[in-house]
Amino acid sequence: MLKDQDRIFTNIYGMHDRSLAGAKARGHWGNTGDLIKKGRDWIVDEMKASGLRGRGGAGFPTGLKWSFMPKESDGRPAYLVVNADESEPGTCKDREIMRHDPHSLIEGCLIASFAMNANVCYIYIRGEYIREREALQTAIDEAYEAGLIGKNASKSGWQFDLFLHHGAGAYICGEETALLESLEGKKGMPRMKPPFPAGAGLYGCPTTVNNVESIAVVPTILRRGADWFANFGRENNAGTKLFAISGHVNSPCVVEEEMSIPFEELIEKHCGGIRGGWKNLKAVIPGGASVPCVRGEEMREALMDFDYLRGELGSGLGTAAVIVMDHSTDIIKAIWRLSKFYKHESCGQCTPCREGTGWMMRVMERLVNGNADPSEIDMLLDVTKQVEGHTICALGDAAAWPIQGLIRNFREEIEDRLKRQVSKQNILVAAQ
Amino acid sequence: MLRRLHPDQPESFAFSPENQKWAEAQVTKYPEGREASAVIPLLWRAQEQEGWLSRPAIEFVADMLNMAHIRALEVATFYFMFQLHPVGSVAHVQVCGTLSCMLSGAEDLIGICKEKISPTPHTISKDGKLSWEEVECLGACTNAPMAQIGKDYYEDLSNQRFGEVIEDLRNGSAPSPGPQNGRFSVEPSLGLTTLLAGEGDRPSTNESVSLAEKFNDTIKKIDGSEVNLSVRWDKQ
Repeated sequence: MLKDQDRIFTNIYGMHDRSLAGAKARGHWGNTGDLIKKGRDWIVDEMKASGLRGRGGAGFPTGLKWSFMPKESDGRPAYLVVNADESEPGTCKDREIMRHDPHSLIEGCLIASFAMNANVCYIYIRGEYIREREALQTAIDEAYEAGLIGKNASKSGWQFDLFLHHGAGAYICGEETALLESLEGKKGMPRMKPPFPAGAGLYGCPTTVNNVESIAVVPTILRRGADWFANFGRENNAGTKLFAISGHVNSPCVVEEEMSIPFEELIEKHCGGIRGGWKNLKAVIPGGASVPCVRGEEMREALMDFDYLRGELGSGLGTAAVIVMDHSTDIIKAIWRLSKFYKHESCGQCTPCREGTGWMMRVMERLVNGNADPSEIDMLLDVTKQVEGHTICALGDAAAWPIQGLIRNFREEIEDRLKRQVSKQNILVAAQ
Repeated sequence: MLRRLHPDQPESFAFSPENQKWAEAQVTKYPEGREASAVIPLLWRAQEQEGWLSRPAIEFVADMLNMAHIRALEVATFYFMFQLHPVGSVAHVQVCGTLSCMLSGAEDLIGICKEKISPTPHTISKDGKLSWEEVECLGACTNAPMAQIGKDYYEDLSNQRFGEVIEDLRNGSAPSPGPQNGRFSVEPSLGLTTLLAGEGDRPSTNESVSLAEKFNDTIKKIDGSEVNLSVRWDKQ
């Protein structure tokens, strides 16, 4: 188990002093100016060496992403935009950073912005997080007041402004280009790529969009060294990670752990075990609603990292939002609920997603009631394949994958239900 | 999803003087010529002031930001937090119904809303005080099931506790938000497994609850007098 002294988020539960003074006492803002003076290349190289992969779900190497930004400005300003839209069902980790450890994020914004030649950073927080917005704004005000950000931020000679912006309840704004559209005051409809944001992002200027957790870990990585961070987890899956475990565990929680921790250890150490014991474990969604579900017996041995979950189980780590379901769960209904979610949240721009999400939800609804023909299972699978990969953004894929996971792992359960319904009808017919 | 403006619209809209100042300050966050960026925060403030978003309010914000009315109308109808119809005079209860909450009993909470508020969502209760809807994931999944009421999250709800919260609201008061089962924030609900040092001097509540208690504005209509305006970036 990760030791407390190796945790990056030392106030994630908010049980200690949450003000600037408390953050400083825990080691934040110590030598920020000196870190910046080591220069842009050093920071980017260190981030690459740390092996940090983006914490927003896709797992793209953060240092590499930063290196796509233009080294010299062509007259346009550069922007860092922090994605604090956290809307992936099951995910509730960034909220804790923003309300209880906000200075880790603010310091990270300064360093990352400097590394990408950006004088301005916007944090886009989801609209529902109203208290979290107030808490983060208070922390930003404190940092301005103390000269940590603003003109000559942390005495580094770098001018840095940090603005907090909020959305209004659209899941799609967690997609980076939809987020930029929303930040420009438009409907959150994703843009075609290319051009990628590093070439033309916010207001047509070079922009990098990073997740809250990816940015908030930066100061500690630079302070303690890339090697220290790379030391945790398996190769190519470095670091520590905030896991959010919800559903049928005895003690749901958000906890920072080492990457590649075995699922069983994560659940036993922090979550008080599965409700009703391991025999009662039916299925797990290991990385937020968008990744396929996994059968419980396969999950017990699993390592919680990007490569294992994708490579061995055909699922994904996503945002490390673990949703646990025991045998009391109607798994077909659970996946139907996710289909309903995607139908609700489709922005309506691309036809396969706009129409497909509604279509998939309606078929799922009939599967839940057992009111379908067995051949419709394959038809549904076929439709998910037609939605997947045929839309501008990944919402279409995200809507398709949970259903594909269901059919792959629990096909016999769907077939059983359809058969039962048919035999019930036959009995009714016979009785008449 | 089709979202339309309410058929009965008020004559006019204006920000309260403090909200107007607040709104003008928000616009300075964005580069010159990019004032439209402020549309969501300003529409949201208008809703916080009035309880719901009327056509005059949308047009007022559009004019303030030099946007064509249709651009602001697009935004107002696209984002689900904007209530385009009047809501209960005391509070609009938003129950999270997505997977983690559903697994933990959100369907029961919705049943309680149907029984105690109105049988259908987006319908004002007979006494005019409350309305409700089922919303998608609010991002508090380890504290499932939960509901947002006004500015605050009510987490780790039991059926009984949720019923009590609704009755309190009906009597005009908002109970203290946050976890309703004695839990502090998102630590393991059976007790801490990490970060054990210094547990003795913990604050009495988590940050969200502390702010709610400090400002006491969970279900208040926001007129701008609640929190001191800070525009630090302007001073630099």
